[in-house]
Amino acid sequence: MSVSTIPIVTSAWQERLQRRQGSAYSAIWDLLDAVKDPEIPVISLWDLGVLCDIQQQSHEDGTLTVVSITPTYSGCPAVDMMRDQIAEVLEQAQLRPYQIKTQLAPAWTTDCLSPKARKQLQAYGIAPPQTSCMHAQSYTPELGVPCPRCASSNTQRISEFGSTACKALFQCEACGEPFDYFKVL
Amino acid sequence: MSDLTAATLEYATRLGDDALVLGHRISEWCSNGPFLEEDLALSNVALDYIGRARMYYTYAAELAGGGKTEDDFAYTRDAREFRNLLIHELPRGDFAYTMVRQLLVDVFNLLYLEALTQSADANLAAIAHKAIKETRYHLRRSKEWVLRLGDGTAESHKRTQRAVDALWGYTHELFEIDALEQSLAEVGIGVNNTGLRPAWLAQVSAILSEATLTVPKDDWAVRGGRVGYHTENLGHLLTELQFLHRAYPGLKW
Ligand SMILES: [Zn+2]
Repeated sequence: MSVSTIPIVTSAWQERLQRRQGSAYSAIWDLLDAVKDPEIPVISLWDLGVLCDIQQQSHEDGTLTVVSITPTYSGCPAVDMMRDQIAEVLEQAQLRPYQIKTQLAPAWTTDCLSPKARKQLQAYGIAPPQTSCMHAQSYTPELGVPCPRCASSNTQRISEFGSTACKALFQCEACGEPFDYFKVL
Repeated sequence: MSDLTAATLEYATRLGDDALVLGHRISEWCSNGPFLEEDLALSNVALDYIGRARMYYTYAAELAGGGKTEDDFAYTRDAREFRNLLIHELPRGDFAYTMVRQLLVDVFNLLYLEALTQSADANLAAIAHKAIKETRYHLRRSKEWVLRLGDGTAESHKRTQRAVDALWGYTHELFEIDALEQSLAEVGIGVNNTGLRPAWLAQVSAILSEATLTVPKDDWAVRGGRVGYHTENLGHLLTELQFLHRAYPGLKW
């Protein structure tokens, strides 16, 4: 039995995809695909939903590139590192001057994750969110989140909070391994 | 600065103070939790609160102008300048005390933030939209723990009831409003918290009853946080929280 990836295509993701596809700055979007989440270094900021928008405007020192990001959780300690990494890529591409803006609205949700990010989470050993945040029963279930290692649903929640605020901790009864579950937010 | 901007600045600072002080209190459990999972959970909740404080202070700094930053609000004000409600500064106590306080505050925050998402101030509404989702997770956990401890052993029941009794008098302040908050509520920016108590009391009472705990009488109340009159605990907390910045002003991480 293989672990099936939950086929969730959310409206939040559709909107993001349209924004990128309709953007005049596809080269910069592509450049920034190199920036990964410091905590889950296989997933790009784009796939995670942290990278919101790219704009350029004229400026007294040339063209100003404005990159907008949104934090996942309020207290996410990785945001500062993400900004540094974005700055590094922009510097290397000689896209000065630039500005990296943090925007709070609309608030990040797990619906912003790309389908690719869900697969990458799974491959990384983290069970992806089971439902959309618009779903009425979106809280972490007590039982049954499929184990990302052996696909068994014979699993149970050990803690509402795992190694970081965005994850809950589960134990698989089939293979005996604990695993993180990326909570619906 | 217009009167409205000044009032909004003060309001954002107050909400930042509530979040920072409670976040610091919860963070004291880091490496002191009863077991590993709980240690991690409490540390994560503390981070949520400190993140929330940063959002409120960053907005306050923006309104204040003059190159102020979030750090000026967190690190360079004395206890009398802090405007947090007193319940947030009380020492962490035992695990039952910490969990009961979280329950009382989580139920309140859920109601308060729900109202704040409707704020006419786009920044405050955005912060509330972010914070409320995290608060739902906090409440699930604090509720689960209070049920488990209240309806647990004789010892856990005793300690949980003791915590409820010790904290109850500090909950009244959550529902009081002063002229500044009243004026902001009237223009749709701030929350009129005076109307939130019936819903809060109903939810808290239901959980306490299910946990076989007694809802205390409303026969005492302590207040003063919003005017800067604090318990002695805040000064001790700030001594630790502000130490590094006071010893090495302007130090960067
Ligand atoms: Zn397994």
